[in-house]
Amino acid sequence: MVKTSLHWQIIIYATIILGAAVFILPFIYMILTTFISSSYSLPRPAEVLSVVPNLDNYIAVWTKEKFSRYFMNSLLVAGVALVFGLFLGALTAYSFVRFEFPGKEFLFRTFLFTMMIPLVLAIVPQFTVINSLGLVNTYLGLWLIYVGGGVVGSTFFLRGFFQSIPKSLEESVLIDGGGNWRIFWNIYLPLSRPALGTLAIFSFAGTWDEYFVALAIIKDEALRTLPIALMMFQGKYASNWGWIFAASIIVILPVMIIYIIFQKKFVQGGINEGSVKG
Amino acid sequence: MPQTQQRYTSQHQLAFSERVKTGLKQWVEVFPFLILGLIGTGVFVIYPLMKGIVMSFQDYSVIPGAENPFVGLANYKKAFSDPAFGYAVRNTILNTVVTVPINWFLGLFFAVLINLQFVKFKITFRTVYYLPIVTSWIVVAFLFKYLFAGGEGGVVNYGLMNLGIIDRPIGWLQNQWTAMVVIWLFHIWKTVGWVLVVYLAALQGIPRHLYEAAAIDGANGIQQFRNVIIPTIKPVTLFVVIQLIMGAFNIFPQVYFLTNGGPMGQTEVLQSMIYKEAFNNFNFGYSSALSVMMGLTIFIVTWSQQKQFGKQRFL
Repeated sequence: MVKTSLHWQIIIYATIILGAAVFILPFIYMILTTFISSSYSLPRPAEVLSVVPNLDNYIAVWTKEKFSRYFMNSLLVAGVALVFGLFLGALTAYSFVRFEFPGKEFLFRTFLFTMMIPLVLAIVPQFTVINSLGLVNTYLGLWLIYVGGGVVGSTFFLRGFFQSIPKSLEESVLIDGGGNWRIFWNIYLPLSRPALGTLAIFSFAGTWDEYFVALAIIKDEALRTLPIALMMFQGKYASNWGWIFAASIIVILPVMIIYIIFQKKFVQGGINEGSVKG
Repeated sequence: MPQTQQRYTSQHQLAFSERVKTGLKQWVEVFPFLILGLIGTGVFVIYPLMKGIVMSFQDYSVIPGAENPFVGLANYKKAFSDPAFGYAVRNTILNTVVTVPINWFLGLFFAVLINLQFVKFKITFRTVYYLPIVTSWIVVAFLFKYLFAGGEGGVVNYGLMNLGIIDRPIGWLQNQWTAMVVIWLFHIWKTVGWVLVVYLAALQGIPRHLYEAAAIDGANGIQQFRNVIIPTIKPVTLFVVIQLIMGAFNIFPQVYFLTNGGPMGQTEVLQSMIYKEAFNNFNFGYSSALSVMMGLTIFIVTWSQQKQFGKQRFL
């Protein structure tokens, strides 16, 4: 190993910490701002840095501004989409890994091809499909798009892990007289738990934060999910930064907690969070 | 001769009917597992994409029963005389040209530093660098609006003025080019952690004996970087750069939530324009034509990589 001299070590540590500061300081500044009581102009940095922590803004936003309601809505939307999306993705990946059938190659290439195309192209026709099914302004419409539109991505993600499951394990099930379903339930699903867990987190984070499809489908105020509620809220109280960021923290907290708890167990996938995938 | 030919044909037919039979049997087996995924993808991905292409040649109205006359290439022609489209194309390309190299460099740079043997708290650093990625786009947009607020109260203005770099506050989001800079910073801040995590995983996959062999050969840090690290991360780099290009080209929430295209549509990008043409102006045909052009461009740009794409998604 190459030995690094002390002064280089210090310079390198300083660089890494400086980089980390660029990411963490804005969050700290945001949290400090949530402690400022109803300001109607931009709070000055000196004010923000000398604030006394309190939960007044959080309580006001959670109760009076009905974010508890939107929180539950988002939980319902993301939770159901997660369960069905994961199940459907696992089923489809299983079909592609475990079976041989005519047209498999063609279907696979078609799936691959759709991943190249920006999904914003699909939003308008997706909306017309939901519209013609009479499902505008329902969660069912939203779930159909999230689950149906998410199959390809989760199939690709899971396929790689399913492929690594040795075929010899299936024999025990076959000897017991079990069929394809048993192999799916008793072997493929349990053995790919880390991959399923990772996918679950990204799926949850994706729908929890999804704005554009939800805005097109959901019209009722009572049905709004958190991202829509947050945008409307900011439009209403543009300069009350204490409230806006208290609401923002409520929105980002669940995903952050899940991420920090599970991030050591993440399996590496080609997840491009830099692009927008509905 | 005719006899042999006849025999050949009958054999061929037998083989064909046999093949159909096995094919059908295979489909019966896979059907219950595959069907839901096929319907979902068919109805909500493939059909919408096809319909989008058809709509791009129509004067489309979302009202049920309304006529949707075909207008040929009118929607496409309209784009080239629309100044908003010019801005959108320029800004989308600029965002790609500016942010991809910076993102790539910073991600690799910090990954290499954090991967150095003596650096402790690797996972903590990785978590911190990755935080923006798990943060809602909307919230990050609010944060950037807040930090880059005009007037003396904005933190960035406050800091720059105290350091004596500027002598009066900048209206960051009120001017075209300063707004563009904020959008780029937003994009980099939100995506660089992904590059870092991917490279860190790749670097940690390099077997130790390669470093050791280099050390025995008397390689210094820079030689080690050139001869051990660069060759091993080459395939990952291809993947990272393609994903970065696609991500930068797909820039959307960055602009939509931060400037909404303002001032006067000068910071608009393709996707935000596509979305607004459809859902604010109800020009579905025009919006679809823009999407088709954009999809084609992405398709052509990434064409050479597509064959490897399936394999490359799993590092």
